[in-house]
Amino acid sequence: MAILDRTISDDELHNLLSQRKLPRWTTLATCATAIAGSALLSFISPVSGVAGTAVFAFLLFIVLQTGLSFAVEGKRYAIDRLATTLLLSALTAALVPLVSILLTVLVRGLNAFNANFLTSTMRNVSPRRPGGGILHALIGTLEQVAIAAAIGIPLGILAAVYLVEYGNRSRLARTISFFVDVMTGIPSIVAGLFVYTGFILTLGLQRSGLAAGISLSILMIPVVVRSTEEMLRLVPRDLREASYALGVPKYRTILRVVIPSASTGIITGAMLAVARVTGETAPLLLTTFLTQSINTNPFNGPQASLPTYVWDQISSGTTASIDRAWAGALTLILLVMILNLSARLIARASRVK
Amino acid sequence: MAKRIDVSHLNVYYSNFLAVEDVTLAVEPKAVTAFIGPSGCGKSTVLRTLNRMHEVTPGARIEGKIMLDHEDIYGADIDPVNVRSTIGMVFQKPNPFPTMSIYGNVVAGIKLKKRTKRSELDDVVEASLRGANLWEEVKDRLDRPGSVLSGGQQQRLCIARAIAIQPQVLLMDEPCSALDPISTLAIEELIHELKQRYTIVIVTHNMQQAARVSDTTAFFNIAGTGKPGKLIEMNTTANIFSSPTEKATEDYISGRFG
Ligand SMILES: Nc1ncnc2c1ncn2[C@@H]1O[C@H](COP(=O)(O)OP(=O)(O)OP(=O)(O)O)[C@@H](O)[C@H]1O
Ligand SMILES: [Mg+2]
Repeated sequence: MAILDRTISDDELHNLLSQRKLPRWTTLATCATAIAGSALLSFISPVSGVAGTAVFAFLLFIVLQTGLSFAVEGKRYAIDRLATTLLLSALTAALVPLVSILLTVLVRGLNAFNANFLTSTMRNVSPRRPGGGILHALIGTLEQVAIAAAIGIPLGILAAVYLVEYGNRSRLARTISFFVDVMTGIPSIVAGLFVYTGFILTLGLQRSGLAAGISLSILMIPVVVRSTEEMLRLVPRDLREASYALGVPKYRTILRVVIPSASTGIITGAMLAVARVTGETAPLLLTTFLTQSINTNPFNGPQASLPTYVWDQISSGTTASIDRAWAGALTLILLVMILNLSARLIARASRVK
Repeated sequence: MAKRIDVSHLNVYYSNFLAVEDVTLAVEPKAVTAFIGPSGCGKSTVLRTLNRMHEVTPGARIEGKIMLDHEDIYGADIDPVNVRSTIGMVFQKPNPFPTMSIYGNVVAGIKLKKRTKRSELDDVVEASLRGANLWEEVKDRLDRPGSVLSGGQQQRLCIARAIAIQPQVLLMDEPCSALDPISTLAIEELIHELKQRYTIVIVTHNMQQAARVSDTTAFFNIAGTGKPGKLIEMNTTANIFSSPTEKATEDYISGRFG
């Protein structure tokens, strides 16, 4: 028992509780020192160029900060600062391409992006001339993605419910699980080929928005299944038991307790799946191809869509059409963003406050 | 070795909601202090501010001062991690780490903080489990997961885990409310033994328990929903239960209210 007896004096208590900390300005000072040091070094060493100096300044900063922190604050804080710096750098490195893509698309897309662009079509517009618009493609994409979501999300959620609530790791459940994983990796064009050979060539379905929607739903299903499955598994067993103990049948427990508890995650997963397929081009070329005018009927004839629109405009290769391609890409990004935000708002509104 | 705690003019906020107002109290060393009061009056809230656990709740903040002997635990140079390894805590629901063995649970606080030799760890595990009156029951299955134990055993495991880091103070938030009478008795006896060495603060809804285990009792109350909780009266347990000065205290302990 003596091991646990620890009598400590006031001084010891102070040492135990307190933590020497570097004042806040040291971070800035270290940063400045590192930049100055590396700039100085760039005159006398082979390390040259802005990139080389920046990398060196970064390394110098890490070494200085960690060393200083280790000397003053001790090991835990030194490691903490090192890890924080590395994490922030990784975050920045991950954000740079993202921001750069967004900025490029925004800047170049704004050349042709305006109200007219959103409300007119490419019917009778020569590729060489500016003007024309994207309305037909917007309608097509919205309809195709809606069809894909209407097929893919319920199927995916139901499959996940089976896997988590009824499958109990049976052979069938494990097989489904395995093939869902495999499906995550199939190239999108294979989904297009599947619909092309299976539905269009064999069953005689027309090339149409419906065919496109089916091929997109194939791409959505694995994403929805995986994310829903993870979310359902996170719902604590106590909650299910609490519901069973009230005499609530299993299917109502799943519908009223389990799925609502996991709904935020399920919605996020479904949105990711929608976002993923909205930008798909390859399967659409095989299943609906494209047109230059509005076709509001997804069950009949080719339909335009945003990705194929961009592809088509780029292939024309004129200044005006390339401007339109960028504006189309911008529209696509905005569309995904709006879908995403609205799903989040819905999820937030449906939550108990 | 055990330290005293002095709380002065403590206000606790959850975002903009004032949950506890103007609490001033002293927790004596090597004694058991009980917090009693109706549900929602802020007992857990005050308890959690004693080792800065409230800081893990987003938006929670305090005003006022809390001293551990001569140290202001909210002082500028004080690290909350160190505060928590000096002031241990046991929760209402037994919460052994499900992925760790019994042994692993006891050494969790030590091993997650710093490297220690295996033989030293063995000694600490035995001492802590003996300290928590659990050694005899689990010594042959230290490598089994903590979840194979009964609820009362799990709670004692959590106490062993808390004393393994050699705290000066032990905070317990309704440690027996999920347990049967036998386990409760075991824990109460344990508290009696532990107070030889630690300063103990216990939140309880059970008047008899407060009367049995504590030396000092603090009664908290709340005027109505949305109002802040307040410390109504604090005195030796004998006095609180035999001759409370406040009407509200008397009503509460005699069961006429709350
Ligand atoms: N995380 C939180 N966020 C917002 N308000 C909180 C939070 N935790 C507690 N409260 C509020 O603070 C007040 C005090 O709660 P606390 O949990 O301290 O009460 P208690 O006395 O421990 O009650 P009980 O006896 O039921 O455990 C209550 O009004 C509660 O609603
Ligand atoms: Mg409580």
